[in-house]
Amino acid sequence: MIDQLLDSSVLIGIAASGIRLATPYLYAAIGETFGQRSGVLNLGVEGIMLMGAFSGFWAVYHTGSLLAGVLIALLAGLLMGLGTAFINVTLKAEQGISGIGIYLFGLGLSDLLFQQSFDSVVTVNGFPRIHVPVLSRIPVLGEIFFQHNLLVYIAFGLVPVAWFVLNRTTLGLKIRAVGQNPQAADAMGISVARVRYFTVILGAMLAAIAGASLSIALLNVFQQNMTAGQGFIAVALVYFGSWRPFGVMAGALLFSTVNALQLWVRTKGIDIPAEYASMAPYLLTILALVLASQRVDQPAALTKPFERGE
Amino acid sequence: MKTMVTGSGSNLLPTGHARIESMEMRGIVKRFPGVLAVDHVDFDVHAGEVHALLGENGAGKSTLMKVLYGLYQPNEGEILINGQHATIKSPADAIAQGIGMVHQHFMLVPSLTVAENVALGLRSSREPLLDLDIVAQRIVELAKTYGLQVDPLAPVWQLAVGEQQRVEIIKALYRGAALLILDEPTAVLTPQEVDDLFGTLHQMVRDGHALIFISHKLHEVLAISDRVTVLRDGRKVGEIPTREATKESLARMMVGREVVFRYERSAVQVGPPLLKIENLWARSDRNTDALRGVNLEIRAGEILGLAGVSGNGQRELAEALFGLRPATQGRVLIAGEDVTGKDPATLNRLGISYIPEERMIDGVITDFTVAENLILQTHGDRPFSSSIFLRPGQIARRCTQLIENFNIRTPSQETLIKSLSGGNIQKLVLARELSRNPRVLIAAQPTRGVDIGATEYIHQRLLDQRAKGTATLLISEDLDEIMALADRIAVIYEGEIVGVVDRGEATVEQLGLMMAGVHAGQA
Ligand SMILES: Nc1ncnc2c1ncn2[C@@H]1O[C@H](COP(=O)(O)OP(=O)(O)O)[C@@H](O)[C@H]1O
Ligand SMILES: [Mg+2]
Repeated sequence: MIDQLLDSSVLIGIAASGIRLATPYLYAAIGETFGQRSGVLNLGVEGIMLMGAFSGFWAVYHTGSLLAGVLIALLAGLLMGLGTAFINVTLKAEQGISGIGIYLFGLGLSDLLFQQSFDSVVTVNGFPRIHVPVLSRIPVLGEIFFQHNLLVYIAFGLVPVAWFVLNRTTLGLKIRAVGQNPQAADAMGISVARVRYFTVILGAMLAAIAGASLSIALLNVFQQNMTAGQGFIAVALVYFGSWRPFGVMAGALLFSTVNALQLWVRTKGIDIPAEYASMAPYLLTILALVLASQRVDQPAALTKPFERGE
Repeated sequence: MKTMVTGSGSNLLPTGHARIESMEMRGIVKRFPGVLAVDHVDFDVHAGEVHALLGENGAGKSTLMKVLYGLYQPNEGEILINGQHATIKSPADAIAQGIGMVHQHFMLVPSLTVAENVALGLRSSREPLLDLDIVAQRIVELAKTYGLQVDPLAPVWQLAVGEQQRVEIIKALYRGAALLILDEPTAVLTPQEVDDLFGTLHQMVRDGHALIFISHKLHEVLAISDRVTVLRDGRKVGEIPTREATKESLARMMVGREVVFRYERSAVQVGPPLLKIENLWARSDRNTDALRGVNLEIRAGEILGLAGVSGNGQRELAEALFGLRPATQGRVLIAGEDVTGKDPATLNRLGISYIPEERMIDGVITDFTVAENLILQTHGDRPFSSSIFLRPGQIARRCTQLIENFNIRTPSQETLIKSLSGGNIQKLVLARELSRNPRVLIAAQPTRGVDIGATEYIHQRLLDQRAKGTATLLISEDLDEIMALADRIAVIYEGEIVGVVDRGEATVEQLGLMMAGVHAGQA
């Protein structure tokens, strides 16, 4: 097995699929980073991903247009985000609990809508692979980095953009301040609620795209609970990456690469039972979280609803 | 500054913003559930004057000013600015009107730099991008104009309290504050820093700012203000020009009766050392060294005052002494016995009592009754329990006695702690801790947030305990308190004892310098 693994084409294949598999994590975790930086923990990412996956799939199936798929998924994310923000920001719900509710809602509703809309398993023509001119022909690197679908490129492009928005713009400053000390931000005339609505809705829209990246780009089908915990992993990745976009990206890549490796091991039908192999990425997450438990940069107001005049 | 400045040519402040010639609050009422915090109060201030707002803790000073700053909406009353009715629904409105506030608890984001804190919420000249370089430059200019030294690029968590306060003032000036509210600004400063602050305030008044100065310290109010308004229990009890006021008259207005500022200090024969701290090191919550080799010794019948600006290791020292925080090095000895690393229950049994700084968190259980809180440590001992059962009769008898002895004002023993006033909660903690007649008492900020009546009472109790031979470590940020009670005064700075001076030899100036880290010899 080891010599098989060391074969260069296998390594390249695993690396390339590691990049591809990182895509949903990136969208979801970068979105969640915005929310958490402003002090809102959205544990419902998984449910929003499922809604995005279904609605994107539905739109592409009926219109044949990938753009329509993306737009409808964004719309679903916006609506889910609005609901999430209302529950967490306006109603000041306990975020650890409300997130579970949002997840179960998204899980149930996406399945219900799917059963109402489709009688049998169908597929769509999703985002095609784009071979970036010139670059994709570089040996090894070209195959690993430059032969993916559009959503993969956008996901990685999002990372520096998120970093820039958080660190170099007035909006980013507001988000950071609201997450660290909402009282101070409020006293400076910033609407804490408005900032948090913005980040939660943005996070939900990105989560919806994360879901759509599965149903109309990676797998091109929809199934009940097709995200299989990836939304929860995305939340963990935000902690793992210490609330920094590049840290989150590193975590997403580590995780997806282990996942790709694990998938390869399974296809080889090697002596390790499949269940153990598929557990590996999750064990890794837990281990990484424990090791990275310093939490120096944790937003001080994370999960704390804001009340004026306390 | 005692002369009013009248329109020095232009109507603009040095910051380029318009002045507020007058601000008037009329008939302001603010209710909280179960509390009438502000009761029909009129208050006004003009450009070029300092109007002091004086009152005990809980009198309603902060609440009244939070109404002006838009943090609370009043139930009744109106606000006029330059004679015009003003609607202030949020801090954003107040800022737009030219009102700034330096809060009692600073409103800064520790992880951000000074410039980022100042820029927060402001339009940038390069919207949507930040323009921190321009902000930093402007901060330096403002700092120069008003004598407020700060480094715009330093992260706020690295700054000392005094510097943080300067950032708060700059933040308000940067936003064009023509009227600045300072809520108990001196509480966290060394005496020298207070002088610097007053210098800045004088300058601002000369330039045409209107200032509201909140305090419960009489001498400061007398030193800085042109007029004084006194609040008591949410009501305005009087307003007088400062030149007609005396310490005594203000104290009488504030408390509603004559106040003695003197205590009975009997001459006490000091005994052997009961508490000995040897080279004690401990870490802070941030995992930095909060205590760096503290050495102290306190004898029976002696009060050792520990002075210092907050955050210099006082809390960590108290916690390390009471077994709530591990010592990384060094020893603590009680009457010669090494007790380093012992847990609080054991230390209690060895005769240590502890009055914690955060009484609502570490001192009492807020959802327990008065009686339950009084037997927190002793509920398992005779006569309050027999084998596994509590004995309500015995408990009630003991509590009645303590409530009476310590003058705790509570409707009943079954009242929940959280509905008592700060002063009465502190008396309860004191009753519980002193009733065991401790050999060693650690009293951390025993009168913070407590009314004058209770403060006097607590002080007298600490002196009584001294007469009974207790060795007391009195940790306080209030120099007046330390000077009134302590036999010797130690000053802590950045986790080290800067020096120890005897009661008779200590001056405010010298202690102030030591609090800023200057050693006793050099001071
Ligand atoms: N947010 C609040 N909710 C309920 N009660 C409050 C609140 N803020 C202040 N109070 C009460 O109002 C009274 C006045 O408090 P405050 O204005 O803080 O007094 P001061 O600043 O003069 O010490 C106190 O009895 C206090 O307990
Ligand atoms: Mg106050």
